[in-house]
Amino acid sequence: MDGNLNALTTVFTEFYYWVTVVFMFLIHVGFCMYEVGASRRRNHMHTLMKNVMLIPLVTVTFFFFGWWIYWAFPSFPFFGGLNSEMGDPNLPWSPTMGTNLGDRITGVFWAAFLLFSWTAASIVSGSVIERIRSSALWLHAVMIGSVWWIIDAAWGWHYAGWMVEKLGYHDAYASGVIHAIAGGYALGVIMVLGPRIGKFAPDGTPRDIPPHNPWMLAIGIFLIYTGFWGFYAACNVPIISPEGIGGQITGVTWTATNIYLAPTTLSAITFNFLMSLSGGLMAAYIVSKGDVFWTFSGGLAGIITASAGNDLYHPIQAMLIGAVGVVIVYNLHYWVERRFKLDDAVGAVAVHGYAGVVGLIISGFVLWGAPSSPFEGYAAINPIGQTVGAVIMFFVLGFLPGWGLAKLQSMAGALRIPEEVELQGLDYAEHHAYEEAKAEVTAANKAYLAAR
Amino acid sequence: MSTIGYENWAVDLANVGAVYPFQGWEVLMVIIGVLFWLGWHRIQYVRESEHLEKARKMGDKERVEKALDRY
Repeated sequence: MDGNLNALTTVFTEFYYWVTVVFMFLIHVGFCMYEVGASRRRNHMHTLMKNVMLIPLVTVTFFFFGWWIYWAFPSFPFFGGLNSEMGDPNLPWSPTMGTNLGDRITGVFWAAFLLFSWTAASIVSGSVIERIRSSALWLHAVMIGSVWWIIDAAWGWHYAGWMVEKLGYHDAYASGVIHAIAGGYALGVIMVLGPRIGKFAPDGTPRDIPPHNPWMLAIGIFLIYTGFWGFYAACNVPIISPEGIGGQITGVTWTATNIYLAPTTLSAITFNFLMSLSGGLMAAYIVSKGDVFWTFSGGLAGIITASAGNDLYHPIQAMLIGAVGVVIVYNLHYWVERRFKLDDAVGAVAVHGYAGVVGLIISGFVLWGAPSSPFEGYAAINPIGQTVGAVIMFFVLGFLPGWGLAKLQSMAGALRIPEEVELQGLDYAEHHAYEEAKAEVTAANKAYLAAR
Repeated sequence: MSTIGYENWAVDLANVGAVYPFQGWEVLMVIIGVLFWLGWHRIQYVRESEHLEKARKMGDKERVEKALDRY
């Protein structure tokens, strides 16, 4: 760190990302509460454990190879080889991947990306509750969290990613790179997994499986909203000079940037976060006729729809885009459910997947011609690039890998729990153990009392 | 002797890099870490399969109906 200004910038940046990571932890707390609230009582503990244990599994694998993928894959395999200059310092045996007084940024930056990985895995986790084997979900968590999403981030969420350069792909707050891919992945898995017993009547009419605890669900989604603030901040570079960017920006005015190193402000994204949340909530309330589950989820879907362009939109645009997205997403969810008999237990495919896709396409029109990058020679933002990008995120890197791995697990008999266990509830064995332990200790205490 | 390469902090921090113990053994640590991760999956999968098989045979009709009523 040469000079006081550089030292201050580095320490500020280190602290900035650290704070975003702490905030983003609330997303996972929220997902846990949301999933448990949505599940039935007889599946509580397994539902919770399934989501909690993806934290360590995605963390260690993101350390072993996920982080390296981000830096090595921006051009690979279509427009160049693996980038060893950027990739090697991020290999798990690199001296910068540890306690190193000469590098104060790698750890916090790694963690910020890691929390996105947890989110991607947790989105998939919600849609498959009450019938997937935990072992199967945890393999999916590793694949979506430490392989597929981070490949898409290298391609479309990196200042040197080929999708940004060639397609003009723009996805500042991850409509596609987190939400569309995770929604597409979840869709692939539930297509193979099948619905929960009782979800569809014999004539194919879908039945509602109400959450056992709407309050827990509500608090869960409020925590997700809160963590989403940290997510937004983590998508930015907090402060950088034009010289540090090294692109086309002239002058000496320092700025915050999005992940592509193009200028934006925290103030702008605060406007747009709140306005798209509001647009989503209002539209969801109307379209779902005040349904609790959909109104709260609609707030999230509103933010996700506007996220691709929330670094540049006007707040009223963000509000309207969030509202339009929710109307499309809500109707699409029920159409897919009826038409294909798919059981998406928490609406994750819709709220994350469809909203992400719709948001990318809309942003291609609204931001048509805007620069995707501060560097020369990059394609401008355009509807075709955004639509192709949406297909890559949702279908190529999301749906196909999810469907493929689920198919393999299904063929090996390692995807779904036995029917008898699903009916009894996944906590059945634990419930018995609890009742037996309770009876035993109560009897022992009574015997002790009688002997006194 | 110090496992981190420094026996005191009488140094110019501008010249200090990694300070974790056993520098030079990173590849071995990664191999051990990966084995720990893969081993975990194996142990968990085997235990879960046994558990599900046991749970599959646990419920008589009355108990299952009770569980369904619990919601």
